[in-house]
Amino acid sequence: MNKGVALISGLLFGLGLMVSGMADPDKVIGFLDVSRMADGSWDPALMMVMSGALGVYLPLYFLVVKPRIFNGDKPLFADKYHLPTVKTVDGKLILGAILFGVGWGVAGMCPGPAIVNLSSFDPLFILFVIAMVVGQFLTKVWRTRQQQTAASG
Amino acid sequence: MIASLIWPLVGGLLIGLAAILLLLGNGRIAGISGIFSQALFENKGAKGLSWPMVFVIGLLLGGGGYRLFSDQVFTVQVGIVPLIIAGLLVGVGSSLGSGCTSGHGICGIGRLSKRSIIATCVFIASGMLTATIVH
Repeated sequence: MNKGVALISGLLFGLGLMVSGMADPDKVIGFLDVSRMADGSWDPALMMVMSGALGVYLPLYFLVVKPRIFNGDKPLFADKYHLPTVKTVDGKLILGAILFGVGWGVAGMCPGPAIVNLSSFDPLFILFVIAMVVGQFLTKVWRTRQQQTAASG
Repeated sequence: MIASLIWPLVGGLLIGLAAILLLLGNGRIAGISGIFSQALFENKGAKGLSWPMVFVIGLLLGGGGYRLFSDQVFTVQVGIVPLIIAGLLVGVGSSLGSGCTSGHGICGIGRLSKRSIIATCVFIASGMLTATIVH
């Protein structure tokens, strides 16, 4: 595990969120509010963000990383790859995605932009992140309890 | 029109580069909600700063650094009560659904994961529906 890589990756990610406009709640809402298509004020820019990101990630994953995993090579600076192992689509995934989308649609912020916006020291952005952390924490507690119940029952 | 699409594309390329760098170098998925949660809640036994903490510091430095050279000001678009509810929902939803825009939308779709493709379609649809009703 190389912390320098983690730092550079975080830096580039934060910079990318700012440069792309993804960190601007107004711009995100301008994309998510599709009723704006009617008067031509809809902003398709976020499709470009996703295209750009996938345009780099997808080919490099399939051409570089996946063959390395297949050959049994380690990551350049770590012992192993930590990839998700769950493959099934369950109710938690769907319900989680629905709730996440509602929150995203109301505030125009998802976790990355919310954290990046802490750097503005605007108390309202800080409040959003605190609420987000509380939501994550409560879900974590609930999941742990559910697993314990399942294990003991 | 072109300029308004160039910067989002450039920013997207940077995000994709950051994410694949973390996978190739450290073998980790660049899912921000998960990394942030790990940085806050799972730091047991780590000497000094854990890698998720270092990543989050990088995010803040990237955002703060950009601000030094730009006069753009982003503002919250809703009142305090909807803002708090939205924050809670984003936290609960990303935790329950095992990922957010970055983890599912980029890293997951980038590996053609069925779960991530479905989750991304669902949260974009629910996000669009919600934003269209609310705004």
